[in-house]
Amino acid sequence: MSEITMKTADTDVQSVPAKKINKRMVKFSRYFPLFIMLVPGLIYLLINNYLPMFGLVIAFKDINYAKGIFASDWIGFKNFEYLFKTKDAFIITRNTILYNGGFIILHTVIAIGVAIMLNEIKNKLMKSFYQSVILLPFLISMVIVSYLGFAFLSVDIGYLNKTLLPMLGLEEIQWYFEAKFWPYILTFIHIWKSVGFFCVIYLAAIIGIDKEFYEASTLDGASKMQQIWYITIPSIMPVIIMMTLLAIGRIFYSDFGLFYQVPMNSGAIYDTTNVIDTYVYRGLMQLGDIGMSAAAGLYQSIVGFVLVLISNYIVRRKNKENALF
Amino acid sequence: MYKSDRITQWVSHTILLLLSIGSIIPFIILVSSSFTDEATILKDGYSFFPKEFSFAAYDYLLNNSGSILRAYGITVFVTLFGTILSLTITSLLAYALSRRDLPYRNTFAFIVFFTLLFNGGMVPTYLVYTEIFDIKNTIWALIIPGLLMNGFNVLLMRTFFITSIPEPVIESARIDGAGEFRTFFSIILPLSLPILATIGLLQTITYWNDWFNGLIYLTEPSLFSIQNILNRMLADIQFLASNNLGGNAAEAASQIPSTGVRMAIAVIGVLPILIAYPFFQKYLVKGIAIGAVKG
Repeated sequence: MSEITMKTADTDVQSVPAKKINKRMVKFSRYFPLFIMLVPGLIYLLINNYLPMFGLVIAFKDINYAKGIFASDWIGFKNFEYLFKTKDAFIITRNTILYNGGFIILHTVIAIGVAIMLNEIKNKLMKSFYQSVILLPFLISMVIVSYLGFAFLSVDIGYLNKTLLPMLGLEEIQWYFEAKFWPYILTFIHIWKSVGFFCVIYLAAIIGIDKEFYEASTLDGASKMQQIWYITIPSIMPVIIMMTLLAIGRIFYSDFGLFYQVPMNSGAIYDTTNVIDTYVYRGLMQLGDIGMSAAAGLYQSIVGFVLVLISNYIVRRKNKENALF
Repeated sequence: MYKSDRITQWVSHTILLLLSIGSIIPFIILVSSSFTDEATILKDGYSFFPKEFSFAAYDYLLNNSGSILRAYGITVFVTLFGTILSLTITSLLAYALSRRDLPYRNTFAFIVFFTLLFNGGMVPTYLVYTEIFDIKNTIWALIIPGLLMNGFNVLLMRTFFITSIPEPVIESARIDGAGEFRTFFSIILPLSLPILATIGLLQTITYWNDWFNGLIYLTEPSLFSIQNILNRMLADIQFLASNNLGGNAAEAASQIPSTGVRMAIAVIGVLPILIAYPFFQKYLVKGIAIGAVKG
């Protein structure tokens, strides 16, 4: 095209962008198929992720179905004022952080213990058998888990009330109405379901440790315990730190299924089973209190975002390779 | 020294054996209850061995299999279709992003990556899907929201493409006159079976197990997957009776071995996973390990 461009004083200047545009056209047509490949995925992210992000503004609205949700009136921070005046705001924040904090510590310690023992097993077949069986609960949906829980905890026909407690000479317990037991029950179930998963990760890290360390320490007369304490644990420390920081970054998000399905949505025990996710769900689907629900959701998104940024910043300072960004 | 080694073996075997038993014991109570006579369950509760053996629950399911079969069909369809669709859009996006010469590559990668850091959460997502896209009570509700693709899998697959597919392979395909799509389908995908298998497996499990989308987007029982049926039956033991037979639900319900039937449906809900598990176990372990290294 630039060949045809008339060489006057003015067009000389114009021919440069014309060349650029031309180049761009060539480039564009060459990469056109790649752009097409991007389209379905990007459209999905737009719908599934980005539109809801903009939708967060409804937390600042007085939701009115008659006017249409996105056309409702702005009310500033009113929804948040209501939310933080209730004692729910404190309870759900406390529960979310305490549960997830406890989960992180316990599943990390237990998973590392199990991974170290698995690594000691010499019989390959048994090793693979143990690992598979311990990972099995990870594959089961939370609905099924709540059935398993129900089989044990049901007040009328549960295994605990009908068989185990009478055997021990204890009174029946109204499991689904007594809040004080649930921190233990939920923690136990979380560990039961997820230890296999974390174990796979830590075992992979342990297998990666150079065998020469162990051989050298054996020659020096180190005991098994000393080897674990002075070789295994320090060697997998980077993985432990990374996994923990990532989990802390997500500490504001709970496993909705665990806290909703397993306690069977029983109102009597909300005090110890309600977390931000279940609160948001109930506000939206059961109570029709969208404003409050949206405010709690935005609170979770923002604090969650800040925590991810902070934890990533720390990972990054420790080891750039392990950072998300 | 040999003695201490033996002790380590014994201790490890004992503890791991106990943990393994702990991991499967709840499933035994589930299966046992599904084979126990209804009156016995109501009297003695759920137990590990059926005191009065009975096929009544499975009999009932066989004879009234309409809604269960339907739900099973929906679960299978959603799992297959969802996984294939998911692999398609994930791999297309991941491949384009893996190309070093893609213009605005970093911008696009950031668009994917940002979704891992920040999200709108349940309320706006629900409103977008119901108010704008009207997905409520359609089969799409079980396939699209939240499950179809996630940024993490895209980045995982992109890393695979970058590290495992040499650039000269793509270059030579281009010189031989293959278009981008041709290169992608006949050269890149066949070279990427390991990562496709891993992510496909994770997606299959995710779809099979999902009950959340059905819980929030479906009110119409004819669209329920097996997980949704189970979910409803836990809260409302009459659910199956009132939806299967219609008419005189109360009378029908009294004849159903409900507590056993519940457990029987749960059994057939997990059975396919338990049966397939030994075959995919190796890939699952690998998949979890890759994910952690990347994440």
